[in-house]
Amino acid sequence: MLEVTGLSVSYGAVRALQGVSLSLGDHGVTTVLGANGAGKTTLLRTISGLLRPDAGSVRCDGADLTTVSVEDIARLGIIQVPEGGGVIKEMTVEDNLRLGHLWRRDAADMRRALAEVNEIFPALHPRRYQLALSLSGGERQMLAIGRALMARPRWLLLDEPSLGLAPRLVTEIMKLVRRLSTERNLAVLLVEQNARIALSIADDAVLLSSGQVVSSGPASSMTEDESVWHAYLGY
Amino acid sequence: MHQFLVLTTQGITSGMVYAALALALVLIWRSTRIVNFAQGAMAMFTTYIALWVIQTSGSYWLGFVVALASGLVAGAVVERLIIRRIASGPPLNPVIASLGILLFLEAVVPMIFGGQIRGFPPALSFFGFKVAGVDMPFSPFDLFTFAGVLATMALLYALFRFTGLGLQLRAAAFAPEVARLLGVRVGRMLTIGWALASMVGALAGVLVAPVTLLAPNSFDSVLVFAFTAAVLGGLDSPLGALIGGLSLGLALSYIGGYMSSDLETVGALLILIVLLMVRPQGFFAGTSHRRV
Repeated sequence: MLEVTGLSVSYGAVRALQGVSLSLGDHGVTTVLGANGAGKTTLLRTISGLLRPDAGSVRCDGADLTTVSVEDIARLGIIQVPEGGGVIKEMTVEDNLRLGHLWRRDAADMRRALAEVNEIFPALHPRRYQLALSLSGGERQMLAIGRALMARPRWLLLDEPSLGLAPRLVTEIMKLVRRLSTERNLAVLLVEQNARIALSIADDAVLLSSGQVVSSGPASSMTEDESVWHAYLGY
Repeated sequence: MHQFLVLTTQGITSGMVYAALALALVLIWRSTRIVNFAQGAMAMFTTYIALWVIQTSGSYWLGFVVALASGLVAGAVVERLIIRRIASGPPLNPVIASLGILLFLEAVVPMIFGGQIRGFPPALSFFGFKVAGVDMPFSPFDLFTFAGVLATMALLYALFRFTGLGLQLRAAAFAPEVARLLGVRVGRMLTIGWALASMVGALAGVLVAPVTLLAPNSFDSVLVFAFTAAVLGGLDSPLGALIGGLSLGLALSYIGGYMSSDLETVGALLILIVLLMVRPQGFFAGTSHRRV
């Protein structure tokens, strides 16, 4: 169980999140929606420890994470794919993947994990010795998700995986996210601007506006809720 | 012809030393974007320790090993105690701090070891030798320097390229935030990076000290040459440091041999200025501006 309670975060005098609460179980897709600047990325960065809250807490199986280091939060199985993927361009595709698993210090399991990721993203395999620099935007996003899966996460935090991708690829990635959460018993926190497509694959949704939760509930009911779209578009 | 060969091998020998110290600068620049002006002084300090060990124990090789080991420790200590504490401030601060370390070491070393100029024994003989009756244009010491630096570089390359630790070191250097999100202990990687860098610097120290002699400021000019070599190579590339060091060593050796040894330092300055005008990014730099 990953629980966010009453989270407030500021950048200097600017309040980015105010009293945000949500909880993630052990499986399913929860999407966080909101316009630019609503605080979606801030929320993810605070969960993974890159930002520290002024108030509130992030708890993993009951243990408070607000003083735990970023690398130890990752080692608890909370893996964030940052906006744009964060693929390391100067390294090969395979080195990027291996990096996700290294902290486990288990060479045999790393080979298994590599084989699994190659099965999920067959397009990456023939290019494993090329620098990630040579990949297209869609391939980089796949590499980033594949690298996160190498860590065998319990919670996968995705920051706008659709950003800058062609519509066909967006659909493909969303379907994949759905499939991963079902097949790998993984809970996904999906931050998206593309609300329609995120809601189509999510179980639950949280709507952020100006750093506050304005609505939350099952994704299916959100799709029909007119006020959601108003809040989203800001009128 | 013989003079040309001798100048060439001398150039290669000193070039390998510049390359080693340049590599130390490059390793730190790559991982922390800090130009470590204390690199030469740290090497001076570890070379003094080596000299003390050699004189007390009578064993050159024990001193050699102690120099490398104390280089590792010195790098780790400087990173942990000084650089880490100020790294989050303005980027100029660590650079100024490295100048402070330079001044500190050059002031403290004479208090511990005395300020007079000392000789430092070479690993192997300075004198040329004959193979099948032919005078070789290089000495066993030249060979040792060449092979020692090359072997160290090969080992470091293997470490960075083929091990899990190396992968984490590279990730921490290229994209620290992403690395942390994947569970890499970036702080520890920076400490290891500084330790490895100053070990290479310590190697350069014991290799160059027989030539420059050992005094608290005797590596200052070596650091300038190493810095020129590193910039030649692009400051970002270990291979560039090797090639930059060798080219500079050769150029300075020819200038010293055919013109005047007084012109060597001027020559280095000239090379640096021309390079910065013509190709400021160096010859082996990767992407000059990167965004993660």
